[in-house]
Amino acid sequence: MKIKITTKELKSDFAEEVKKRSGIDVKKCYQCGKCTAGCPVAYEMDYMPNQIIRFVQIGARREALTSRTIWLCASCITCTTRCPKEVKIAELMDVLREMSLEEGLANPLEKNITTFHEAFLNSVKKHGRISEIGMIQEYKMKRPKTAMQDLLVGPQMLSKGKLSFLPHNIKGKNAIKKIFEKCK
Amino acid sequence: MQIEEKTKIGYYPGCAITMGSSSEEYGTSVLRVAEEIGPELEEIHDWNCCGASSAHATNHKLSTALSIRNISLAEQSGYKEILAPCPMCSQRLIVSQNDVEEDEELKKDVEDAIEMPCNGGVKIINYLELIKNYCMDEIAEKKKKTPKDLKIASYYGCLLLRPPKVLKFDDPENPTSMEEIVEATGATSVDWELKTNCCGGGFTLSRTDVVLKLTNDILECAADAGADAIAVACPMCHANLDMRQKKIGKEYNRKFDIPIVYISELIGLALDLGPISLGLNKHFIDTESVVNAFA
Amino acid sequence: MSKKIGVFVCHCGTNISATVDVEKVAEEAKKNNPGVSYTTTYKYMCSDPGQKLLRDKIKEEGLDGVVVAACSPKMHEHTFRNAAIKTGLNPYHVEISNLREQCSWVHPDKPTGTEKSIDLVRMMTEKTRKDKSLNPIKVPVTKRALVIGGGIAGIQAALDIADGGQEVIMVEREASIGGHMAQLSETFPTLDCSQCIMTPKMVEAAQHENITMHTWSEIESVDGYIGNFDVKIRKKARSVDLDLCTGCSSCWQVCPCKKIKSEFDMGMGNRTAIYIPFPQAIPSKPVIDRENCILFKDARKKNIKPNDSKVCRKCIDACPIAPVKAIDYNQVDEIVEEKVGAIIVATGYKELDDTSLYGEYGGGKYKDVITGLQFERLASASGPTEGAIKRPSDGKEPEIVVFIQCVGSRDPAKGCSYCSKTCCMYTAKHTMLFKHKVHHGHAFVFYIDIRCAGKGYEEFSQRAIEEEGATYLRGRVSRIYKKGEKLVVLGADTLTGSVVEIEADMVVLASAMKAQDDATKIAQAVYIQYDKDKFLSEIHPKLKPVESSSAGIFLAGTCQGPKDIPETVAQAGAAASKVLALLSADELEREPVVAKVDRSPPPVFSTCIGCFYCQKVCPYSAIESEDIKARDGSVIKTVARVNEGLCQGCGLCAATCRSKSVELAGFNDEQIYAEINALEFN
Repeated sequence: MKIKITTKELKSDFAEEVKKRSGIDVKKCYQCGKCTAGCPVAYEMDYMPNQIIRFVQIGARREALTSRTIWLCASCITCTTRCPKEVKIAELMDVLREMSLEEGLANPLEKNITTFHEAFLNSVKKHGRISEIGMIQEYKMKRPKTAMQDLLVGPQMLSKGKLSFLPHNIKGKNAIKKIFEKCK
Repeated sequence: MQIEEKTKIGYYPGCAITMGSSSEEYGTSVLRVAEEIGPELEEIHDWNCCGASSAHATNHKLSTALSIRNISLAEQSGYKEILAPCPMCSQRLIVSQNDVEEDEELKKDVEDAIEMPCNGGVKIINYLELIKNYCMDEIAEKKKKTPKDLKIASYYGCLLLRPPKVLKFDDPENPTSMEEIVEATGATSVDWELKTNCCGGGFTLSRTDVVLKLTNDILECAADAGADAIAVACPMCHANLDMRQKKIGKEYNRKFDIPIVYISELIGLALDLGPISLGLNKHFIDTESVVNAFA
Repeated sequence: MSKKIGVFVCHCGTNISATVDVEKVAEEAKKNNPGVSYTTTYKYMCSDPGQKLLRDKIKEEGLDGVVVAACSPKMHEHTFRNAAIKTGLNPYHVEISNLREQCSWVHPDKPTGTEKSIDLVRMMTEKTRKDKSLNPIKVPVTKRALVIGGGIAGIQAALDIADGGQEVIMVEREASIGGHMAQLSETFPTLDCSQCIMTPKMVEAAQHENITMHTWSEIESVDGYIGNFDVKIRKKARSVDLDLCTGCSSCWQVCPCKKIKSEFDMGMGNRTAIYIPFPQAIPSKPVIDRENCILFKDARKKNIKPNDSKVCRKCIDACPIAPVKAIDYNQVDEIVEEKVGAIIVATGYKELDDTSLYGEYGGGKYKDVITGLQFERLASASGPTEGAIKRPSDGKEPEIVVFIQCVGSRDPAKGCSYCSKTCCMYTAKHTMLFKHKVHHGHAFVFYIDIRCAGKGYEEFSQRAIEEEGATYLRGRVSRIYKKGEKLVVLGADTLTGSVVEIEADMVVLASAMKAQDDATKIAQAVYIQYDKDKFLSEIHPKLKPVESSSAGIFLAGTCQGPKDIPETVAQAGAAASKVLALLSADELEREPVVAKVDRSPPPVFSTCIGCFYCQKVCPYSAIESEDIKARDGSVIKTVARVNEGLCQGCGLCAATCRSKSVELAGFNDEQIYAEINALEFN
């Protein structure tokens, strides 16, 4: 891998932008790697959590925002809890995901995850609460390869009365739609 | 507007544990136990989904607004405390409350989006806090059954404890509140190592493989420590450990048969409430051994 | 009588002249100021020719007041005042106007800089007009030093002072001198046995005719000032008479309380209730641990005198000394008073022992997770395993040992941001000691940075890797948990970008060096400052590294901050040389810039109203009370008095006094108002 740092990259000051959006100062990180050491999903990541912070520190915007790591972070917050320098690493992942989506850089290999988030939020937007069946349907339609997964779990859940076909619409449905509009 | 203060606790079930949802037995048992030993819970009118990980992972402002709307609704109804038994919800609500407290600009944006003020002052508590603050004496008083030789591994997962600086609940590395409750029911706590590990949470559909690996580690550790069952207080943890347990067994070539019970169900059994009224029939892994231990 | 004042404006190369028109400043100083009879400018006033110029002009022009407009008085006030002395002018008629630090360095443009300089010089000229001659204060010196702490720092300092011919009183709170160095197995970077190089020094200190040693003793109080300290030492009841006892060991061999965790062995081994901390202890005479001795427990329970308890008298019965036994159960604490002229504080450090701080490493619940000092005791021939590396839980020889660096160091989240400085080296040493004893073993080290600056240090740590086969992994450990008999260590190697999981048999934490728990207590007792981490503060980090904030009190060793043995020994030597310099004179000369409380003729006696607000604000405890008495001895009034030995001339008392009865010599009200008015009227 080669990270190219040009005046353009420097001018954009990625770290400063992250700080402005989230209050997280990546300069505090001294790269001890404790976040990586305790990360339960690190084994699946393309870059270790400390490397993602490093990308932000040195202004490697594209590398950070196109990584699979930011999507694989399970938000368990072990890293933030144990960070000796009190860098909010899990919260940093949130900001990077947000920026990645805004800039259309989300890694296609983790499309399952982004699609899940989309389906989840669509359901909330529509009903005010989650309609589990509706959400799963949308997800499976958009990710047909997952359609055959959990074929047995669904019916079992239905038989136990744990899935309801009828979505629950809250009275303030419109208020929720407005929230989505205003928080675009 | 004069708001009448309520002594009842505002109940915010969240989507996963309401009737007809994947983890309804958690809600059922929480309400059933409260009916028996208090405190009085009252559902917050017209609550909405907190947005869970999908919102905070992709849109911080949206995540905060969705959560704060519920707090503001509770505030307007005069509740001083909100119980959110699902840690995903309680953590989102507390973190959002903290975020708007720390960020004036965010607070303005959120109030604008939800078209309600958000003044703070409402305390959000998780289910373990509710029991520890209100019910320990009642459990001791009204306990009818003591299980015979039932060894329980208390599993906290992530969001009851982290981030500790904001949640300020128990020791993040070696919590003990669930064990205290388990022991109050008469069961024995086993000392085990992975009680604060992550189960993979929201990846259950999108990255099932990750969930299977993490839950396998957890189940293996609990089994090796000699646990008869694992107690949880989180619908995500429950879903991953219970619903996925058979699949884990296949994937990792080790057969597990460990009932995963909600802490509320355990309390209910000690109070001699009917297993079905607690939703113990809704689990994927048969809970009979646990129910029988209380016989 | 009006003074003849000379003003000397310094260019300071271009430091001042680049932003200040020095010629104009000199010119303006003369204008409308009849008192100023001579002005000049010079490139470097502090140079030899510059000083000569000053001396010559004082004589030629008959100056009796001088303003040098140059750098900060902290830099060269001394230089110019000394120059004045050579001409016979009282040095307190020489004032410095600071045109550099307070003017040229902080203002960007010449007009502003020049204008301000003119003002500053005029202010100082007006003050100079009011200056009075002052004479240095002379104080006698007690030619004896106190060394607090009997570790390597205290021992070295005491030996150096004693060898210099002065008396030393040494106070150690433990039963033996030796400190942490006596606990170490081998020392880096030469791997020589710590006790082998330490014990000769201990013996030398014990036998030195100029050293008086008080072990099992603590400082009760320190009063007085440089050259004249009054020290009270609490000799804690040892329950053993040091003069009678021969250290024959009969008593501790029969003591039935055998399961008390040995502090010297860091809890890795046991000791008895009557014990000597380690075989080479000095004095080699025991002490009774009254907390744990069953006789004392019984006496406390029954509320009787210890000697009346009959629960156990094995040690006294075994004592062969006759007719009076060397053991005395009823012994009580004794206060010894000593007068000294100088003090060295060498109270050392403690290893991080708050296990709850690292819940992720088990928070103290895993027996096989040990600290650096515990490993030292394991590896030491005098330790509980006689040097064999055995893990505490089951006594098995560990095959895989993981060493974790920076535990409690460089960890602001745990309230400790500094680097403990010694751990990189001692961890490298530990890996070697381990490999030397367990040949088939594997040592893994998790580190953030390897900091081995020092003579032979880098080579030493490389040797651990290249020749002794330690595997270094770059990353902090996130978690340790138990799996069967193994400890799973969850770390990272950021160089390969991976998580590293090691199933270890034992884990050694390179625990931080922390200030002693009661460091602030000792600091307060001797009136010296300490930093945010409670290490005692030197007065200047570069130029006065062993001087504390109180005159006559010096620092040595790790009480001032983490450091290794060579550095500690060097610092102890430095502190000792400061003490020897101080004790070499019969009298000390002090700056006469001290406060004075008004004394008036009767019937007023003093304008002081005795409110003692000054006493409350004085940071140096220099305000005493004095009874003004009539001839018949009756007290007329009680007023404040300044102890000139203690006063540091800070002026807080003068500013606080409600009746304007306190005056600070050299900075009295008249002088200060003259300065202010000089600014006001222009």
